[in-house]
Amino acid sequence: MSSNQRMKKRIPPVVCAWLILCAGLLLPDSRADAPPDGEWWIKVADTPNDDGRSLTITWWTDPAWPADFTGTLLRHVTGSEGQAKPAEEIGPVPLVEGVFVDESLSTSRIYKYELIVQTPESGVRTLLSEPLSPKAQWFNREKINILLSVVIFTAAIVLFINLAKSGQRLYIRKIAGLEAVEDAVGRATELGRPVFHIPGIGTIGDVATLASLSIMRRVAKKAAEYATPFKVPCCEPLVMTTAQEVVKVAYAEAGRPDLFRPDYVRFLTNDQFGYAAGVDGMMMRERPGAILLLGWFMAESLILAETGNHIGAIQIAGTDQASQLPFFVAACDYTLIGEELYAASSYLDREPVLLGSIRGQDLIKAIFMVIILVGVLLNTIGSVSGRGSEEGRWPVTAKWFNDLFHSPGGGGE
Amino acid sequence: MKREIPILITLITGIFMVVTFFIPHWPFGDMEQRALIWFSIVSGFAMVLGIDSLLAPHFKNIIRRRAGWFHSALLIFGFTATLIAGLQSGLVRHSILAGDGWFMWVYLYIIVPLQGTMFSLLAFFIASAAYRAFRARTIVATLLLVSAVLVMLGRVPIGEALWSRFPDIQGWIMAIPQTAARRGIMIGIYLGAAATALRIILGIEKPYLN
Repeated sequence: MSSNQRMKKRIPPVVCAWLILCAGLLLPDSRADAPPDGEWWIKVADTPNDDGRSLTITWWTDPAWPADFTGTLLRHVTGSEGQAKPAEEIGPVPLVEGVFVDESLSTSRIYKYELIVQTPESGVRTLLSEPLSPKAQWFNREKINILLSVVIFTAAIVLFINLAKSGQRLYIRKIAGLEAVEDAVGRATELGRPVFHIPGIGTIGDVATLASLSIMRRVAKKAAEYATPFKVPCCEPLVMTTAQEVVKVAYAEAGRPDLFRPDYVRFLTNDQFGYAAGVDGMMMRERPGAILLLGWFMAESLILAETGNHIGAIQIAGTDQASQLPFFVAACDYTLIGEELYAASSYLDREPVLLGSIRGQDLIKAIFMVIILVGVLLNTIGSVSGRGSEEGRWPVTAKWFNDLFHSPGGGGE
Repeated sequence: MKREIPILITLITGIFMVVTFFIPHWPFGDMEQRALIWFSIVSGFAMVLGIDSLLAPHFKNIIRRRAGWFHSALLIFGFTATLIAGLQSGLVRHSILAGDGWFMWVYLYIIVPLQGTMFSLLAFFIASAAYRAFRARTIVATLLLVSAVLVMLGRVPIGEALWSRFPDIQGWIMAIPQTAARRGIMIGIYLGAAATALRIILGIEKPYLN
């Protein structure tokens, strides 16, 4: 059995284990309190999965009241040495909603809550909770699906890296933009013009900027071999200092350290449009033969790319900002779309270890595609069979499946 | 050792930051915020290097009377004037953002209009880029042209005046095919970013080290 076949056998059980674990941890809590009939109560509980700074207060009054009917919630605090403080009014709370999360608390204090309800029928009634201190948790259970995904993702990448190390040949499709890098540097050399590498306006903490720096070393080395000036205008001082080292070492690796000049890598400004104006000015004055726009770009992307197009430079662009990709596609000769930017350094180096990590990433992408397909099917069946209702086997199954992939604070695009 | 120590620091820091993402308990819960503060402090020191990188070539241009040295002098004048304005606001008005400080005057009446001028250029650049992109030379380019025209007509009042269904068509194009393609790209980007981060943490890729 080949290692590929062995691995294919391992993947389905891993995915199933993940789904089962997520499902188990995300099943509804059967210990939730059911409201007793006709009885009013207030309870306080520690908010789960937090840093110990909040308590969740729940109450049950009369569900027949209108939604905007409010009561007054008070907080009684007892300090760490047992001294009680005057009650603090939290404010009016909707009575029918029945829940309030009190934040910015301390684990060293004890809190008790009082709900005052005033009705024309029964007059003033006061509900008092048990005293409680908030507690911090050591693990956020809501993130269990993310943790398992990280483990599977890491395992897949390590697995393929090991496969690559063992001599397995890994196929990576051709990326036109990266194939053109050498031609672009060659063209600039023939024209006797410099090569510009523009890393965008991201900080050194942005993965796109780091990917850009990885590519920079390879391209700078090529430019040094051809004795072509390689210029990097930077928008961020930390990126500038790192890029200076990267380009300097690339020139040394190419055996031409004498050609490197520190002002090849320059800081312009950390103002977005000031940077765009500065780079545009450099382009118009120096007329580079090739421009690489690789990194984190926002609204300045088209200003830069169109200026490069205007001066007739061959342009290769790449960013992880999906909103800027159409501008690059319209104005540049080649565009690295999304993940191609991250694959670029591995692609240019052709190191088996780096290629292995790309294959691992592809495996996870395939798993994602299967999950999306299953999700689409379940939600379609749930929507059709439930006819807009959330009751019934299929709508409930679809919701359960969606919840498996829910992340706290998630959402977005 | 010169290579191993930075790789080890990256490995330990990377794994530590991943682990803290799952722990709400103090001091791990707010570790990301602390890291951002440290990053700001380091960036502040790096700004000194940035200023040196910015000004040094311009001083050389002036001293050697290179072509365009006057522009270099203008840059140094602008830098010094803004610095003085910032110091005046900070020392005399006690805040860089003080409304009656010199810095806010520089910001409101020089920096903001300059930023606006650069941003407004985008309208012309979009027009020229769109003209090239929308030439219907291939089937794909024709599809792009047609969908772009439909979206544009759906977003301007004259489109709705011509045919009331243009806004609906525009809404469908943006909500269904556009979102589907965008999400596909975003999934690839997130996976690529995670794989790159993993390669850096494990020391397989070292863009910060040469």
